Amino acid sequence: MEKNHAIDLKNICKEYGGTRVLDNINLYIRKNEFLTLLGPSGCGKTTTLRIIGGFEQPTEGRVIFEGKDITNMPPYERQINTVFQKYALFPHMDVFDNIAFGLKIKKVPKDEIKTRVQEMLRLVNLKGFENRTIDSLSGGQQQRVAIARALVNEPKVLLLDEPLGALDLKLRKEMQIELKNMQKRVGITFIYVTHDQEEALTMSDTVVVMDKGIIQQIGTPVDIYNEPKNAFVAKFIGESNIIDGIMHEDFVVEFGGRVFDCVDSGFNKNEKVDVVIRPEDLEITTVEEGMITGTVTSVTFKGVHYEIIVQDKDIEWMIHSTIMRPVGTEIGMNVIPENIHIMKKVMSQ
Amino acid sequence: MKMRWGAYPYILWIAIFIVVPLGLILLYSLTTSDIGIRNLELTITNFKKFLDPRYLDVLWRSIELALKSTVICLALGYPMAMIIARENIRKRNVLILLFVIPMWMNFLLRTYAWLTLLGKNGFINYIITKLGFGPLNLIYNDGAVLLGMVYNFLPFMVLPIYSVLIKIEKSLIEAAEDLGASRLEVFTRIIFPLSIPGIVTGITMVFMPAVSTFVISRLLGGGQYMLIGNLIEQQFLGTGDWHFGSAMSIIMMVFILIAMAITSKFEGDKEGGGGLW
Repeated sequence: MEKNHAIDLKNICKEYGGTRVLDNINLYIRKNEFLTLLGPSGCGKTTTLRIIGGFEQPTEGRVIFEGKDITNMPPYERQINTVFQKYALFPHMDVFDNIAFGLKIKKVPKDEIKTRVQEMLRLVNLKGFENRTIDSLSGGQQQRVAIARALVNEPKVLLLDEPLGALDLKLRKEMQIELKNMQKRVGITFIYVTHDQEEALTMSDTVVVMDKGIIQQIGTPVDIYNEPKNAFVAKFIGESNIIDGIMHEDFVVEFGGRVFDCVDSGFNKNEKVDVVIRPEDLEITTVEEGMITGTVTSVTFKGVHYEIIVQDKDIEWMIHSTIMRPVGTEIGMNVIPENIHIMKKVMSQ
Repeated sequence: MKMRWGAYPYILWIAIFIVVPLGLILLYSLTTSDIGIRNLELTITNFKKFLDPRYLDVLWRSIELALKSTVICLALGYPMAMIIARENIRKRNVLILLFVIPMWMNFLLRTYAWLTLLGKNGFINYIITKLGFGPLNLIYNDGAVLLGMVYNFLPFMVLPIYSVLIKIEKSLIEAAEDLGASRLEVFTRIIFPLSIPGIVTGITMVFMPAVSTFVISRLLGGGQYMLIGNLIEQQFLGTGDWHFGSAMSIIMMVFILIAMAITSKFEGDKEGGGGLW
């Protein structure tokens, strides 16, 4: 067991009535890191979080907290607190009593409760809200109370289950930055669950991409974006062109009826692969200069760039470019070998 | 504005069947048969008559018995509502159905059924004598009336508490556990305070019919057993003194209103029709 691990998940499996929702999850979470479990709904991310929080028991496997096995420990004994998806604030208590709840249970002296709750209210920018009722608060304010209620207990690990899901876009962006700053200030391990890939990339130190109860990739946001391990990750993180290809030999791949140089090796001769190219990595050229050619079928203005769809025989390419080409134009496209990502085909499914 | 017309039949209904009868009861209570109701000479003779200890005893006994049955219903009904609310949805519906089915049967029949169970030659005494003990006096006493009240009114305690309990979000309980609350603390700090509106409704729905019942006390309490309900019934159907009966009805109404006012104080949530009960 490494010393700087806050939590280790060992071979965690979870079944509901014979359906396997988590399949052999192995994961460690370092102290003070911001780790995000990212995936589409039903991928098992929330179940993983609930197992760490103690609200669910794994069918198999162990949960280790700072070297101690806590698999069978009830939630109220764990030094872990949770910010719930819909905040789960106590409607019959005011803001102060909500935040003070954990401290009162622990029988902390009244004066200390008062100062610690005040401190938390300052941290989440809700000074003066002590006596407000919960239903008089906006979504964003409720969210802050939920965070304060968890943080005031000084947990070693804070679990956050899609805490920004109910907020509007602008508020969500603000809260993302605020949460990240808060995490740095208090120095607590954050385990964050979201289906929003942008949120995951913005806030995390480590991203864990999950699908169908299996961890697809673990890495830094930059790694996950630039070097997706398989077609699922590539598709889920940002937008991608994913095309069938054949690996002729090391560093040579064929797709769309043409042969390209690439930087990947270690495949069998003539192995079928997924070729992944990010839309921003396709460069528009003239038809003569283009390695790939096609006809523009749609153009959408996206603010920073245009999203251009190009039909090339049976392949549809998506390009993100600051240059616009009108619908119907024949264009050429180039891509440098470093931006062609080759991935093994996932056999099952 | 057109919607107003739609309310008229209802207003008419209320006027004919609630406001006018209430006004008549008030009028009767403030007159005597010597004066008659047409002279509009009002008197409080009937209310003075009620201050006799004989009548006050009856009122007191009615209230005491109603309070007892309410407390017992709460003590039995709350855990029962909790047990039902904790089950999965299919079991829950079956259990609730079991509670409601007896209510489909006529109230009188259900209460008569207890006669055959509790009577001197009834089923329970039959078993007791078989076991070698003498027949017990199970009927025509306070206990039997109390049993009849609890039996008849228990669903009115269980159902409102149950419907409040199932609405408490599971995440609130998890949040409390997450913050270190044990099972008991989760109950005392979260579940119980959030179920108070259900308890208040339950208490009023049991206390009101219990304090005014005359059927249960007549059947299970025997002929001479008197509650305020029986006293009122007697004035209207027996002695024929509608004036005194009306006065007693007014007094009972006042006591019920006082009880409602006290219980509604405990109800934090003031929205909706909560004030009605």
